[in-house]
Amino acid sequence: MKWWRNKEREADLERELLSDLELEEEAQQEGGISEEEARYAALRAFGNPTLIREQTRAIWSGNWLESPARDLRFSLRTLRRAPGFSIIAILVMALGIGANVALFTVVRGVLLRPLPFEDPDGLVMLYEAGLHENNTAGFNVVSGGMYAEWKKQNRSYSSLALAQGTRIGLSGSGGQLPEKLYGALFSWDMLPTLGVQPVLGRDFTQADDNPAANGTVLLSWGLWKRRFGGDPAILNQTILLDAQPYTVIGVMPAWFDFPDPSTQLWITVYHEKSEDEMTSFSNHMFDVVGRLKPGVNASQGVADLSVISQRTHNGHLNDPFIFQSARSRPLLEHMVGKIKKPLYVLLEATCCLLLIACLNVANLLVARAAARRKELAIRTALGGGWLRLIGERLMECLLLAASGGGVGLLFAFAALHWLTQTRQDMSRVESIQFDGVVAAFTVGVIVLCALFSGLIAASSSSDRRILRALQEASRSVSGGGARVTLRKVLLTLEVGLTVILLIGASLLLKSYERLRSSDMGCLTQDVITMHLGIPDARYETPAQRANFYDTLLNRVRAMPGVDAAGFATVVPGQGYQMDWTFSIVEHPPLPQGAGQFALSRWADPKYFQAMGIPILRGRTFDGGKRLDAANEVVISQSFASQYFPDEDPLGRHLRVRGKNAVIVGIVGDTRYAIGEPPKPVQYYPLDAGVETVGTLVIRSRRGLEQFALPVQRIVSDMDRDLPVSDVLTMNQLLGQSTLDQSFNAALLVAFATLSLVLAAVGLFGVMSYIAAQRTTEIGIRVALGAKRGQVMRKMLLDGMRPAVFGLLVGLAASLQAGRLMSDLLYEIKPLDPAVYAAVVVTLLAVAAIACIVPAWRASRLDPMHALRTE
Amino acid sequence: MAAIEGRLPSMANPKQQRAGLLQGTLDMLILRTLLYGPAHGHQIGKHIQRTTNDFLQMQHGSLYPALHRLEKRRWVVSKWETAPDRNREFKYYRLTDKGRKQLLAEESQWKQMAEAVARVMWPAAEES
Repeated sequence: MKWWRNKEREADLERELLSDLELEEEAQQEGGISEEEARYAALRAFGNPTLIREQTRAIWSGNWLESPARDLRFSLRTLRRAPGFSIIAILVMALGIGANVALFTVVRGVLLRPLPFEDPDGLVMLYEAGLHENNTAGFNVVSGGMYAEWKKQNRSYSSLALAQGTRIGLSGSGGQLPEKLYGALFSWDMLPTLGVQPVLGRDFTQADDNPAANGTVLLSWGLWKRRFGGDPAILNQTILLDAQPYTVIGVMPAWFDFPDPSTQLWITVYHEKSEDEMTSFSNHMFDVVGRLKPGVNASQGVADLSVISQRTHNGHLNDPFIFQSARSRPLLEHMVGKIKKPLYVLLEATCCLLLIACLNVANLLVARAAARRKELAIRTALGGGWLRLIGERLMECLLLAASGGGVGLLFAFAALHWLTQTRQDMSRVESIQFDGVVAAFTVGVIVLCALFSGLIAASSSSDRRILRALQEASRSVSGGGARVTLRKVLLTLEVGLTVILLIGASLLLKSYERLRSSDMGCLTQDVITMHLGIPDARYETPAQRANFYDTLLNRVRAMPGVDAAGFATVVPGQGYQMDWTFSIVEHPPLPQGAGQFALSRWADPKYFQAMGIPILRGRTFDGGKRLDAANEVVISQSFASQYFPDEDPLGRHLRVRGKNAVIVGIVGDTRYAIGEPPKPVQYYPLDAGVETVGTLVIRSRRGLEQFALPVQRIVSDMDRDLPVSDVLTMNQLLGQSTLDQSFNAALLVAFATLSLVLAAVGLFGVMSYIAAQRTTEIGIRVALGAKRGQVMRKMLLDGMRPAVFGLLVGLAASLQAGRLMSDLLYEIKPLDPAVYAAVVVTLLAVAAIACIVPAWRASRLDPMHALRTE
Repeated sequence: MAAIEGRLPSMANPKQQRAGLLQGTLDMLILRTLLYGPAHGHQIGKHIQRTTNDFLQMQHGSLYPALHRLEKRRWVVSKWETAPDRNREFKYYRLTDKGRKQLLAEESQWKQMAEAVARVMWPAAEES
């Protein structure tokens, strides 16, 4: 028989059972008893018809399809009957599931999905290492010379390719403004190494990758669409980059953004860099990607390269900056290593949140089960199978979780959309998308939630002592003891998890605040910065360059409202960028193999004043000394204390790149990046006309943004092809560099707040429930003369106990969690007492508020009323 | 002890009793009963009760799930037929060839087990 004949079979079974009962009745009557007694006797002999009917039905239906369908119908009905409960439960689930799915999608896209390159497992990022004893840990970029040696001598890699991020000025054309773009220098074999081909046109060839070749450029898909209208005719056309002609040879696929997401065009490295730079062993500046030969593992490869490095090092012992060994890590690790930890911490946080959501829903269900106690007891008494009741509870949870998951998916979509819009800077952000794995994850989470909360709830209603339930329900004094305990345990867990989240969030928040308030050593208010670079091709001589800066600064300073202006190659907060080695002329030569280096910057004389970097001793550069005559250097305080510990540095000379410079001043320390300790800096005069790229800073107390356009006008007046980019106030510049931290802190705080609210709701619910259950007891107590204050105190204590337990559990767990987070923290210990104290106080306060209303209500009970309620 | 409890005419512990005795053997008993010819549920139940001297004080409602299970496995077929002794229809169950084979199989299995148990329980009896 098939399922569509259910009705028929049902009737058939009914008829069969009925005839049996009748026969039995007749048989009993023959024994000479009354009709009525005979019917009961027959029923007794027959057994429970409901159960038998159900069991028989189960045989035919195969059970596994029909009974869930029936449970589903039933659950839908129950849920519809309590819309308030359902909506709350669904929303709670939606938050938990949504947050998890969104974050998992990010983790999957960014960390787990293999790189879109050919055989990505064979790709490694190579670094130099082991310069000094203490310098074996870092991931140092590679020098051009060492790269060449590696490439020539290694036997482990089928190819080694070079990359360096750079900024390239694209001249205005066809009515479009000039702009500064992020680009990358590639060695010609980079794309073959990665196994990527341009979608349009051709790849670089070896012939393109040398100083004598004509310039060639590959465009990103985005740039091609935006700037050249997606016109394939751009191939073989010439465009001007930094005032030099380049032939467009191809367009890369839309997804390709190596080495980082902002890269918009690629040119060949040997064509750009001088031979000097490409053969130096001590000028470290390149990323090297290697593809391991089949059968060679990463450590064998590194060992191979290290031998070459050591040999090179030994061959040039007079140069102290040649590394001795190599390191490698998977390419994926290189690209996402920085965001891996925060992402996993956030994922753990969302898991906590989900757990809290499940606990809360379970809690609500337990409360509802308590309210439905009589119904369940009666159904059990009437022969409702125990398994069926659990099945129903599970189905109910599955419904809640599925609806929650549906709503949560919408949340997740919205969150991901927001994320991909706001975090374009994150590496691999483009590979974040919903796919089969994410879908499976979502379903998995939904089922897990349903099972988790369903089983907890079901375990509370599975006691089979029907009679007791019925008796208890008929007159309860402080009923449902076991159930209250269960709810308290759930609450304890919930509070514990909340404490972990709160502490994690507060630590991140506090560390972010520390970060933002760390002293940069310069002004951070009322200063605007603009990036600017003059192309070498058009400004060939130092005089041309120096003149350009003079003219620019004079015109900017003449603008109304400008309090001060200056120009430096790199301003604080823009990163490490550049260091130079130096020696001190007046000091004895260093032993072989030792070297000194410090961050190097070029600035105009008024830069220090404009940026508010104090001149501690001496003076700034002499504005009258220009070009070759500009032989002065200003050092930072830590430079002075590190290299001139017991002497006056003023008047001493630094020897840099074969030239002597006299130290004329000492300025205050600055930080090259927020969160990094100040490092020694040497400042050289911009007037020497050496540098071509830098940042214009303007100080003003009147509306900083208003200067963006006039400055752009001044610049384009001086040179039509010159773009001004990255117009940022100092505050924005620092904000960008702490984007990760603020992002992580904000998300975690949001999660923690949510979980605090959930925990508070849970506490409130349990307290209200306990109060309602104990109405009679309280009534008796009050009637017997208990003071209302006493009642309230007792109720409060009752509610606070799980909160306090949870707090203790959470604190203990946080010790561990904090340690996991320690490398995300800045200048605060994972066991920051202030944070712990704040969390304890907050949690207790919230718990007290959640408990106080039900407790107060309980203490106001009118004893007569209370005693009459049942 | 089990026997005494089994005789109690009340609902006391029917579950354990049924679970212990009827697991698997009920099917065999039904098939064996049907070997005499077609019968309806009530007859089968009464027959088993009578022949076991009411030792299996089962509620004969519990037969029906078993009967339907047998039918589903096609060891028996059913048909509504008028009873020969009275003027009304009953659902008669009839053994199929497949059911007969099944009965043989279960019977020999049961025999083997009973003998095995007997050898353990009454070793002397076997020697003599």
